[in-house]
Amino acid sequence: MTPTGYFLEHLWLIPLFPLVTAALMLFIGRRFPNAAVSVLCVGSVGLSFVFALGAVTQLLSAAPEYRVAQHILFEWLTPGQMQLSTGHLISFTADWGYLLDPLSSVMVLVVTGVGFLIHIYSIGYMGHEGGYYRFFGYMNLFMFAMLTLVLANNMLLMFVGWEGVGLCSYLLIGFYFLKKSASDAGKKAFIVNRIGDAGFILGILLTAVTFGTIRFTSVGLTNVAADSGIRQALEAAFGSHALAAGAPVFTTIALLLFVGACGKSAQIPLYVWLPDAMEGPTPVSALIHAATMVTAGVYMVVRMNAIYQLSPFAMNVVAVVGVVTAIFAASMALVQNDIKKVLAYSTISQLGYMFLALGAGAFAAGIFHLMTHAFFKALLFLGAGSVIHAMSGEQDIQKMGGLGDKIQVTARTFFVAALAIAGIPPLAGFFSKDEILARTFDKNPALWIVGFVTAGMTAFYMFRLVFLTISGYSRADEHVQKHIHESPYTMTIPLIILAVLSVIGGWSGSGRFEKFLEPVMSTIGVPTAPAKVVEAWSATEILLMLGSIAVAIAGIWLAYEFYRTKRFAPELVARKMGGFYRVLFNKYYVDEIYDALFVNRTKDLGTVLGQFDAKVIDGVGVDGTGWLARFGSTLSMWWDKWIIDGLLNFGAKLTQLLSFPIRFLQTGTFSSYALFILLGLAILLAYYQQHLHVVLRGAR
Amino acid sequence: MLPIGHYLFLGLALFIIGVIGVVTRRNVIVILMSIELILNAVNINLVAFSRLYGDVAGQVFALFIIADAAAEAAVGLGIIIAFFRNRETVLEDEMDLLKW
Repeated sequence: MTPTGYFLEHLWLIPLFPLVTAALMLFIGRRFPNAAVSVLCVGSVGLSFVFALGAVTQLLSAAPEYRVAQHILFEWLTPGQMQLSTGHLISFTADWGYLLDPLSSVMVLVVTGVGFLIHIYSIGYMGHEGGYYRFFGYMNLFMFAMLTLVLANNMLLMFVGWEGVGLCSYLLIGFYFLKKSASDAGKKAFIVNRIGDAGFILGILLTAVTFGTIRFTSVGLTNVAADSGIRQALEAAFGSHALAAGAPVFTTIALLLFVGACGKSAQIPLYVWLPDAMEGPTPVSALIHAATMVTAGVYMVVRMNAIYQLSPFAMNVVAVVGVVTAIFAASMALVQNDIKKVLAYSTISQLGYMFLALGAGAFAAGIFHLMTHAFFKALLFLGAGSVIHAMSGEQDIQKMGGLGDKIQVTARTFFVAALAIAGIPPLAGFFSKDEILARTFDKNPALWIVGFVTAGMTAFYMFRLVFLTISGYSRADEHVQKHIHESPYTMTIPLIILAVLSVIGGWSGSGRFEKFLEPVMSTIGVPTAPAKVVEAWSATEILLMLGSIAVAIAGIWLAYEFYRTKRFAPELVARKMGGFYRVLFNKYYVDEIYDALFVNRTKDLGTVLGQFDAKVIDGVGVDGTGWLARFGSTLSMWWDKWIIDGLLNFGAKLTQLLSFPIRFLQTGTFSSYALFILLGLAILLAYYQQHLHVVLRGAR
Repeated sequence: MLPIGHYLFLGLALFIIGVIGVVTRRNVIVILMSIELILNAVNINLVAFSRLYGDVAGQVFALFIIADAAAEAAVGLGIIIAFFRNRETVLEDEMDLLKW
């Protein structure tokens, strides 16, 4: 039966808790004291973890083939007409829905579990920093976006989460935004990811016009026919022979989506942002740039495995890009001196492993490595953070050493994580890495050799780090040495828990893990696997396993001789292979090449456009309009002055002219007026003199 | 009985004295007094002709003019006092508010 239960029906609460606290922090966080911020933000992630655990438990209570819980909260994009590539008109819709199946269970547990531990760690690590509430607001917003990404039931909602984590990554890399390098790194991460996102969104659109739906599956929904998913659409297309395995459209979709995955998961050629992203606070590097966000690309490819499996070419591309990235990044990690940069290149390399696994068709092994990697790489970063904390902010491993006695918990857990990533049994990394290498060998021995060499390099650079920081004598100056202290409990307890997980995380075994994920894997158009998978412990597999153990031990031994006993001097090797060393040390000059090819060309384009703006838009458009307006007003002023005012002045002048002699009579002097009256009277009398005689005579 | 010419000459002399006073003096009170002289010159003429013709209408006119002169003096002096309160002067050449 389909699983039910309180937690499954309230899946949407899992991303909601961190969203609520994120909103609180970002809008009114300034008013909270630090203690309240810690309780609220860490508590909400803890609550998400509890709900995720509950939901997964309830999911597991069902039989394997029914382990899907899907909930559509509401219709997000209202239905609209869309033309398919076949010419049919369909009604396209996207909903806001959550999907919990074995794949997203793994992801949701890793994200909330590791996320919770890193949040606890941040209480100690960020305690003395400014912007405490801002940090936790962004972290919780990230948790919301990441949980939306892994729980989304369709590609578009997944893209929302995908962009959300990208935004939070940008905000947190640039957390110390007053530092130029930090804000530059944030911008770099954001812009490089945009390139990948362009591919992703094109892939989504192509999927939509090909299948008419972007839901992953219709399993678990009430109305299966109406709410069809990509897998169901594929099945229908195969049933009607509309599409066949290896059709070009599958390759196109798969490659477009892989461009997105390359951006988010830092694969060649879009990996350049991840080393720079180390400018962010260390818990951010652990959570976003090691354990969760950068694995989103892997998750997405596995989620779309139905399409990838139908395109052998795309699978080969994924495998080759993965393995090249793995060895390329590992070689750069060999010579870096910044403790976080080494870990960053290591992360890129391990992500390459995961893509190698996916390309080899071992999707479950990829997810398995994703999970174990989340444990030990988060531990490595948190350990590195604790080391940096102890060293008063120093990140250069050449100035460390001898920390083993002084900060024992950190040193021991760091050592455990290094063993795990190096692939020493029975730690977690061994199982997942060995499985990947074995499956690669099945597919193509050439790929396997590269992966095998990378494994040795991984062991070498990890233990170079261990020997240079933990053992030996301290190379720090006295002032720093005096300050070395173990971190508070809020930081060491997450380290211990992650160390335990790094040890036992792989004990479930890849076989059982693969079985658990089996319902998610598509079988459409894939020739049913031969019995070889079932037949465990063949002679080759045992040999391969011994081989990977051997190469790990060889790597560790080499690092031991180089940096512990100093039997080989690293400086000598570096001098002998000077050119190669310099290329590695300068990270293959990729940043410089990108600067020359793209960044500076974009800046040139900006300069040209700026000049266009200044000359044409401002010069002709704005200034021209201004000139026209001024010219018009000059004309109008002239008209006003000479015609309108001129008429008035003409009238006034005319009056002045006409009144010429008369106006002088008006002197304003009373006596002169009196005189005029008298004179006037006299003239009047003189004129009427004869009449006066008549009047007088008549009166008589 | 004196011939009419004497009376007319007296009236004429008073009239000319009044006119010269009106035209030449600056003090408004003096001008007002000169106007009284002119009015009285007219009165003398009216009474003299009334006697000459034996017609009482001239004397009645003279009485009207005396009443009129009294009213005119009351109103004129009132205006002058009001004006003095505002401008502190009674000289006609300083009364130039209406002149542009």
